[in-house]
Amino acid sequence: MADTTLETPAVTHRPRRIRWETVGDHVVLILGSLLMILPPLLALTTASHDAVTIHREGLQLTIGDDLGKNFHAAMLEKGGFTQTVDGTLMLMNSFILGIGFAVGKIIISMMAAYAIVYFRLRFATLAFWMIFTTLLLPLEVRILPSYEAIQKLGLTNTYTGLIVPLIASATGTFFFRQFFMSVPEELAEAARIDGAGPWKFFIDILVPLSRTMIAAIFIIMFVFGWNQYLWPTLITTDESFFTLVRGIKQIVLSYTDSQIPEHGQALALAIVAMIPPVAIVIFFQNWFVKGLTESDK
Amino acid sequence: MAQVSLEGIRKVYPNGFKAVKSTSFTIQDGEFVVLVGPSGCGKSTLLRMIAGLEDITEGTLKIGDRVVNNVDPADRDIAMVFQNYALYPHMTVRKNIGYGLKNRGTPASEIAAKVEDAAKMLNLTEYLDRKPAQLSGGQRQRVAMGRAVVRDPALFLFDEPLSNLDAKLRNQMRIEIKALQRRLGTTAVYVTHDQVEAMTMADRIIVLNAGQIEQIGTPTEIYHNPASTFVASFMGAPPMNLIEAEVADQQVRINGYDGLMPAPGSYAGPVTMGIRPEDVELDEQGSVTFRVDILEELGAHRLLHGAIADQPFTVMVNKDHDVQTGETRVTLKPDALRLFDAETGKVL
Amino acid sequence: MKRAGFDNIWLPVALLLPQLMIIGIFFYWPAGWALQSSFFLQDPFGFGSTFVGADNYTSLMGNDQYKRIAWFTVVFSILVTFFSLAIALLLAVKADKVLRGAKTYRTLLMWVYAIAPPVAGFLGILFFDQSTGPMTKFFQMFGWDFKLGVDYNATATAMIIVSVWKQIPVNFIFFLSGLQSIPRSVREAAMIDNRSATGRFWQVTFPLLAPTAFFLLIINITYALFDTFGIIDALMKGEPGNNPMTLVYKVYLDGFRGNDLGGSSAQSVILMVLVLILTVFQFRLVERRIHYT
Repeated sequence: MADTTLETPAVTHRPRRIRWETVGDHVVLILGSLLMILPPLLALTTASHDAVTIHREGLQLTIGDDLGKNFHAAMLEKGGFTQTVDGTLMLMNSFILGIGFAVGKIIISMMAAYAIVYFRLRFATLAFWMIFTTLLLPLEVRILPSYEAIQKLGLTNTYTGLIVPLIASATGTFFFRQFFMSVPEELAEAARIDGAGPWKFFIDILVPLSRTMIAAIFIIMFVFGWNQYLWPTLITTDESFFTLVRGIKQIVLSYTDSQIPEHGQALALAIVAMIPPVAIVIFFQNWFVKGLTESDK
Repeated sequence: MAQVSLEGIRKVYPNGFKAVKSTSFTIQDGEFVVLVGPSGCGKSTLLRMIAGLEDITEGTLKIGDRVVNNVDPADRDIAMVFQNYALYPHMTVRKNIGYGLKNRGTPASEIAAKVEDAAKMLNLTEYLDRKPAQLSGGQRQRVAMGRAVVRDPALFLFDEPLSNLDAKLRNQMRIEIKALQRRLGTTAVYVTHDQVEAMTMADRIIVLNAGQIEQIGTPTEIYHNPASTFVASFMGAPPMNLIEAEVADQQVRINGYDGLMPAPGSYAGPVTMGIRPEDVELDEQGSVTFRVDILEELGAHRLLHGAIADQPFTVMVNKDHDVQTGETRVTLKPDALRLFDAETGKVL
Repeated sequence: MKRAGFDNIWLPVALLLPQLMIIGIFFYWPAGWALQSSFFLQDPFGFGSTFVGADNYTSLMGNDQYKRIAWFTVVFSILVTFFSLAIALLLAVKADKVLRGAKTYRTLLMWVYAIAPPVAGFLGILFFDQSTGPMTKFFQMFGWDFKLGVDYNATATAMIIVSVWKQIPVNFIFFLSGLQSIPRSVREAAMIDNRSATGRFWQVTFPLLAPTAFFLLIINITYALFDTFGIIDALMKGEPGNNPMTLVYKVYLDGFRGNDLGGSSAQSVILMVLVLILTVFQFRLVERRIHYT
């Protein structure tokens, strides 16, 4: 009897203590999640109200009646200073930039990485260093001279001028080089004995083998391209080339210059600008995390 | 089917490392030759030069009557099985086996038939549509074999193909590979660091050490008449006993021991004396005192580890011998004694 | 390079050509041009330029405004780096610990990664709105008359808060994957050796996370220096006059608004040197990282 009475409190005490700790963990995580979720969520709820309410009362927690109206206006009504651009056109431009950048970068950097890793080439080391020096200087640092270069080439207000200079960094090449180095040597040797030349090996073996890597890099590069702001701001002055992210400030300014700022429409546009990259990151979370942590950048 | 000949083959890496020193030998048509040696001895480099995966620094390599020094691996009519199998992970077993044929422009129907045949031979038929990741180690090994077999090459090359398998599977695959090679009659070169594999599979063994051939011979020759102390200690488990001794007047005397034994041959001077553990008999009237320190039970046999005149020595006895640790007397079979030069380690 | 590479010559050249051409035109040429023009004074009306030696650099060093911006950049980078790392580490440790809902938390805590900095800045404008912003009201509770875009400190505070918010996800992802790569056996050994969870964290987990943390330190400084451009641009509300800004923003302002090409180029070169130092530092750390594993 004495034994059991002594032991019982210890037994029941232990799980309770652990439970409290777990509750604490969850509280921290829930607070953190709210911190991340609330601002965009408030943007969404606020976008469902009319301009007067938002102007007078600010952010709204409730859902109003004007969600459809605001989105409709943001996507289809011409806006901006010259009244030539609507949300749909900007959305399309964003997709062109995001996909064009990601695809271009993947193709170019895979080819370069393949050449560097798999060929006995006299100047491979030189090419390697020439490419990897670009890792040192992000576009923001050399923004002015890069702009001058684009202007001299007459590429302002073109998709080429928008996309190609962004590709001029080695992040993708570096990533694929790391990955190719981790592919067992014997695979290339087996392919050689099986009669596959360098091009066949690349197309038949290496590219299919890199599928998940390509997907991961695509997600990261798409988000990166979609979210570009400074470079598009400089290169595209013609509003028909505006991406959502580049155009949003201009549009917000022109909305807010009016008597009652059209914050509802501006928010609707901001939400449209968020949805594609957010969706791709959430749906392909595992690839995205893998790509991010393994590429180390 | 072909004979393979190497004449003065050398390999020097750009950094100056001499991986293979001038090497010559000929492999007969249909022969199963095993290259064996410790890691870094140059056996893999030699095999990779035969495959064409590594440039030949100097010398002539012939497969059949053709000098193939500068022929692309794909055109040497060879097939290779790699240590990690090197299966294409994104292709099914069927595509893995057929890939080499496809690259050679074989018609699809013919590929299908050949792949089916190879799969049947290797008991892989039911796995043809799986990917390598869905197979066990032994099955992957078979697919790698299938990829080699299906092309019906003149020469099989094996680069430590069994080292990733567990012991039981290794024994089984050893027999299967040997049987398959017998059946197909294809010349084979097999690289391993495992002397058991070498002994059991080879028609002829080539023992390599530090980029040089130590000995070429049948397993029996290598085992009974090792050309050097290196071969003697590398081949056979447990290895040959090697003890320091002195020969004078056709008598051998173990250093630190006063007993004498008749010596084979007519050499005089310091030697390394070798004898296999099973060639030593426990004998009350024996001429040599052997101190037993440890008994190792192997089931059918017992190994007695100890020393003769403070030099380490092992004796293998039949399981019915009842032995205790401590001193005992043994006889060394005179015709099993081998004498090596004390300096060079070469047989006398 | 692989042991047995292909010997072909024209194929690798052809494969490398696109990348080399792009970096040649859009990297080496501009970078060289920046270096060159940093030693010239550009005529404001575009009638050529004169060589002025290091004048552009010395005048920058003597410029009080530039010094103030450099100082703000340093403070801004330190605060953003510290707070985003600290919050992310806390969240990652908790997310690594809980069993239930771990995946949901992970999703909720990382998705903000995908939001563009100027969009985050725009949300910031609404949250820090002078009359209706909830954050403004929060600061007013403490008696601070918070005026975004007007008051220097208010704008700086908003910039830091939004920048921290935007950077938490990246740090969280790296910390979490760092935590998850700590072998189970090491954790179990620590459980046996040390009773206290806090002690275990600081003595075992944190040292094992150190390589990740060092690496993130560099990433975060780079982020604070360059990637916050959109946030700063939005929160400034087009009034660079009395608002704080970072060095990169100043390059943009002088080069594209002020047409001071020489000065802007000199600033670019200074930033390049800064990044080079950071990168050398980073490569050192990456080498150490390899040592660890």
